[in-house]
Amino acid sequence: MTALSVSRVPSRHLPVVATFALFVLTFGAGSVSFDNFASGQVFANLFIDNAHLIVLAVGMTFVILTGGIDLSVGSVLALSTMIAAAGVKAGWPVPLVIVVVLLTGSVLGLLMGLMIHKFDVQPFIVTLAGMFLARGLCFVISIESISIKDKSYRALGMDRIALGGGVSITNNVLIAVVVLVVAMYVLHLTRFGRTVYALGGSEPSARLMGLKVGFTKVGVYVVSGFCSSLAGLVFSFYTASGYGLHAVGMELEAIAAVVIGGTLLAGGAGYVLGSVVGALVLGTIQTIISFDGTLNSWWTKIVIGALLLAFIVLHRLIVRRTAT
Amino acid sequence: MNRLWWPLGALVALLVLNVVVTPSFFSLRMQDGHLYGSVIDILKNGAPTLLIALGMTLVIATRGIDLSVGAVVAIAAAVTCSYIAGSDDQGGASTALVGMAISLGLCLVLGLWNGFLVAVLKIQPIVATLVLMTAGRGIAMLITDGQIITVNNETYRAVGAGFVLLPLAILISVAVLAIVAVVTRKTALGLLIEAVGVNPEASRLAGVQSRTIIWTVYVFAALCAGVAGLMISSNVSAADANNAGLWIEMDAILAVVIGGTSLAGGRYSLTGTLLGALVIQTLTTTVYTAGIAPEVTLVFKAVVVVIVILFQSPKVQSLFRRRRPAVPAPVAVDLTPQEVAR
Repeated sequence: MTALSVSRVPSRHLPVVATFALFVLTFGAGSVSFDNFASGQVFANLFIDNAHLIVLAVGMTFVILTGGIDLSVGSVLALSTMIAAAGVKAGWPVPLVIVVVLLTGSVLGLLMGLMIHKFDVQPFIVTLAGMFLARGLCFVISIESISIKDKSYRALGMDRIALGGGVSITNNVLIAVVVLVVAMYVLHLTRFGRTVYALGGSEPSARLMGLKVGFTKVGVYVVSGFCSSLAGLVFSFYTASGYGLHAVGMELEAIAAVVIGGTLLAGGAGYVLGSVVGALVLGTIQTIISFDGTLNSWWTKIVIGALLLAFIVLHRLIVRRTAT
Repeated sequence: MNRLWWPLGALVALLVLNVVVTPSFFSLRMQDGHLYGSVIDILKNGAPTLLIALGMTLVIATRGIDLSVGAVVAIAAAVTCSYIAGSDDQGGASTALVGMAISLGLCLVLGLWNGFLVAVLKIQPIVATLVLMTAGRGIAMLITDGQIITVNNETYRAVGAGFVLLPLAILISVAVLAIVAVVTRKTALGLLIEAVGVNPEASRLAGVQSRTIIWTVYVFAALCAGVAGLMISSNVSAADANNAGLWIEMDAILAVVIGGTSLAGGRYSLTGTLLGALVIQTLTTTVYTAGIAPEVTLVFKAVVVVIVILFQSPKVQSLFRRRRPAVPAPVAVDLTPQEVAR
């Protein structure tokens, strides 16, 4: 209920504005501190290196908007890289590999969604089981890392698209942008999207309004599962390998990106664009740390934790202020 | 008692399966005054999980969850091993004791931090503990400087690998289980924890210090995780910030859920948690002895969780109840802690 009242006041924009400011601030800090940081290619690399995280964060935004959570995304990503690598190795045609991977993720999402809705189990515990299952299935396929040697598959990840001015991007960036645009369309211009927000605002109200609660509740997990497997494909283009230990803890980064992006964890309020900027903030922190060279990369985790805390407290304050 | 049939049945089934595969499964032998055997191994390897699951049980009883225990395990291991490795007297007993004391002191602070976020700032537990779960492993990496720190200290080694007839690790976790059982049964603490889990606001109005209770359970959970961290790292005489306690929070939650404690809070069963932890460890051992890669255990765990949560879900429960109307639905608030602990 508090989330609904938030959506009526202008302060609902506050977290998203804060996220944009944070991004400008971190990128600016990098530009001031390091030569060559404020270049088009460094900015493009943010998208190239974090395309998989952006796709995951978009899927996660749907789930969190309904007030749920999906802990399985990192494992499903890993499973997808594994299926892709094993499939390519077994000589399957590339389009078939892609279809199988996307189907696997969507079906896993569907099963989790059905358990959550039909049996009324907490999303957290169901997706935890999904996380175990996907991670374990990776190791059923192979304990070792499988490298992808197929030339046409590798080309999907290696090919550069020149944007002019010496800046180039990869297919992964295009995929991430398409996912973002489609997600924005679905969330803001379709019945499904409106139901997602309504569900997060108040499930009983959404039910009383006659909205398709069950369909939407299951649907967001299918969306998240699909995005996770797509992110797995993107990741396998990026690394040209499948490995069961890829993306350990990535679910937390995705949740962090969504929360830093201004989406309320209670559901009902938030924007998918915010999540993407959230993912870019995380990417910028990583870039700054790698530019610096003396800082240890594990500072990334600590900074992410601190940012997560700051935004959670910010949300808390906003909800409390509008509730009273 | 009804709720304990499921985990008990699962445990018995697993044990029978093991005996069929390896007939010598239950045999114990004495060597240098220590007991050895498969069952002892299961208990020893399951000790850290049981310890963390005990803390988790009380947290879940207050309708919370603690995702940060794995990170706390890594931090506890990192602090102790760094202290021992950096001291002048690396093999000394006092060095090990001081190192462990510092580490547990830090865990206490981490527990206070989690408790502060949940009890004072009133942030959802899953989110509040997510912060430490994310940052904690980074902190542990920072302490160990990204290296796996190995130590050579007999006193420290005793915590995880030592024996007094039985492995010390088993004795420690059973002692903690006994203490928790006595404290929650013989005092009102168990009842208060349940009251907070049923309705924090109502119990506060009824005069229960719900804030203090919530704070206490998070501190207890962090301390349990700290001791488990010492056990895990002492067993291998090393601190691995990346892998120590990885996914152990999931195992602990799993043990609690298998043990019949409802994630909705308000009632809990310590015996159930003990059974749950044993089921998980026996499952892991069974998969391992069957020659399946240990990583694949995750699949079996996932299947077990799915089955258990489906049976726990209100829909299936009401299905059972409809068939047997003679059995009244358990009402959480009517249970005394004595009944629950049984």
